[in-house]
Amino acid sequence: MTMSRTRAVSRIFIYLILIAGSIVMLFPFAWLLRSSFMSTAQIFIFPPEWIPRPFEWRNYTDALTIVPFGRYFLNTMTIELFAVTGVVLTSAMAGYSFARLKWPGRNMMFGLVLSALMMPYAVTLIPTFTLWKSLGAINTYLPLIIPAWFGGGAFNIFLLRQFFSTIPKDLDEAAYMDGANPLTVLWRILVPLSMPAIIVITIFTFIGTWNDFLGPLIYLSDGDKYTLALGLASFKGMYNAQWGYLMAASTAVVAPIVLLFFVAQRYFIEGITLTGIKG
Amino acid sequence: MERNWGIAFAMPAVLGFFLFVLGPVVASFFFSLTDWNIGGQMNFTGFGNYREMFTEDKLFSKSLFVTLYYSLGSIPLGFLAAFIIALLLNQKVKGLSVFRTIYYMPVLVPSIANSMLWLWLYNPDFGLFNSLLNGIGLPGSQWIYDETMAVPSLILMSTWGVGNAMVIFLAGLQGVPGHLYEAVEVDGGGALRKFWHVTLPSMTPTIFFNVVMGTIGTLQVFDQAYVMTNGGPNNATLFYIYYLYRTAFSESEMGYAAALAWVLFLIILALTALVFRSSKFWVYYEGEGR
Repeated sequence: MTMSRTRAVSRIFIYLILIAGSIVMLFPFAWLLRSSFMSTAQIFIFPPEWIPRPFEWRNYTDALTIVPFGRYFLNTMTIELFAVTGVVLTSAMAGYSFARLKWPGRNMMFGLVLSALMMPYAVTLIPTFTLWKSLGAINTYLPLIIPAWFGGGAFNIFLLRQFFSTIPKDLDEAAYMDGANPLTVLWRILVPLSMPAIIVITIFTFIGTWNDFLGPLIYLSDGDKYTLALGLASFKGMYNAQWGYLMAASTAVVAPIVLLFFVAQRYFIEGITLTGIKG
Repeated sequence: MERNWGIAFAMPAVLGFFLFVLGPVVASFFFSLTDWNIGGQMNFTGFGNYREMFTEDKLFSKSLFVTLYYSLGSIPLGFLAAFIIALLLNQKVKGLSVFRTIYYMPVLVPSIANSMLWLWLYNPDFGLFNSLLNGIGLPGSQWIYDETMAVPSLILMSTWGVGNAMVIFLAGLQGVPGHLYEAVEVDGGGALRKFWHVTLPSMTPTIFFNVVMGTIGTLQVFDQAYVMTNGGPNNATLFYIYYLYRTAFSESEMGYAAALAWVLFLIILALTALVFRSSKFWVYYEGEGR
């Protein structure tokens, strides 16, 4: 009797903590949304109100047109398209080569490529910048896109190599018997069987590019070429105390990612787990 | 045949390593031995930059201190919170996926939007935090605008992102083999014993890996300092990368900035080596038997 009683009490306690924590987690979102719909007059009322009266939709239409957020969105999506494609293609190729194909020096090269995981980006930042500068590529998207076509990051290569290694080799060999070459084996057998990993890499590369700030900040100087993250930061410089506008613009930058999350939640959880559990 | 395909397929990654990783790392070391200023001449100065850093440059030591302060504050706090939430969620609670979604959602907020939101939450006059404090009769704070509160405020802000580590820990906890718990039960052990002898040892590799990666991450914070504080007030949030960015791209002192980058690189290397060496004392890998 007492056993089940203490059990019940402890369960109530667990739920109480979890719910309290959830409220704390949601509070900033509520603050973001409520501010994004408030007029300047209402936003500066003390004590603060939670329900916008009236809902100031103009914050969104104004904020998103005062500076060309539509343009920023297209710019960001252009970079996304090329960067994500490059990462997926070249990391799949490298992962396949390191997992399956035999060539001299392979394991040493794999070790080298993996060692990039330990390098802070700061240490490569300045020479990479001067390289692009000497090539005249400052204020273009090349510095943000081209590196994605060179292997797509050590971690993604590692992930795909691990994934490919779990697929039975008989499948490749049967295909080779039928006269397939490594490209068709990769494309027709390994990639379709590794879709979860490929989707995870796609999503996380997409988000990484969407959120990248330092890269665009260093390489893009023309306002027309700004990405969403950079545009949002510069918007803040122009409308310092217009919190309604700032929160509306921030919401517009957050919303697509949250949407993506709800569409592909399964892959998010899988992806975080893959990246976080020691290989 | 296989050999050629293999080399061709690995070629982009291998070239990328030399072009965008190893090459720049070596180049930045050479830059760090010069007084190179964009638009100016490049003169070899030996270890002059490093000497200046450790003897004269007060901003260097300040930025190092501020960054370590942030790291040491946010890492333990964040991981402890994440671990506790994961433990609670692992108690077969109803609505697990709803809770998991709520705790994870803040992680999705892009860092610039996040900085913007917290700037507003911390607004001394009309922000949420001071409103809440005043509402219950407590005095407010200047938060990020106050020299002593600035870093703690950013640490607090970082805990909003516990969701990432929480999801990882939860997956780890769910992966702990049930027979281990049963073995403790057979021996008459209770919940505390299960936690101490099964849960915690099984989780140490995951905790270990994430603490290392998390620390490397926090040593490289930049966006918050750029958007929220500009490194201020009075350099209270002059994070290392922000200082490096300013040296390189506002003052164009590429040589000195490269030296700063190399010092960070060595710190991260030393830290990782230290954690890996010490890990054998506290990390348990299954099948190791000890």
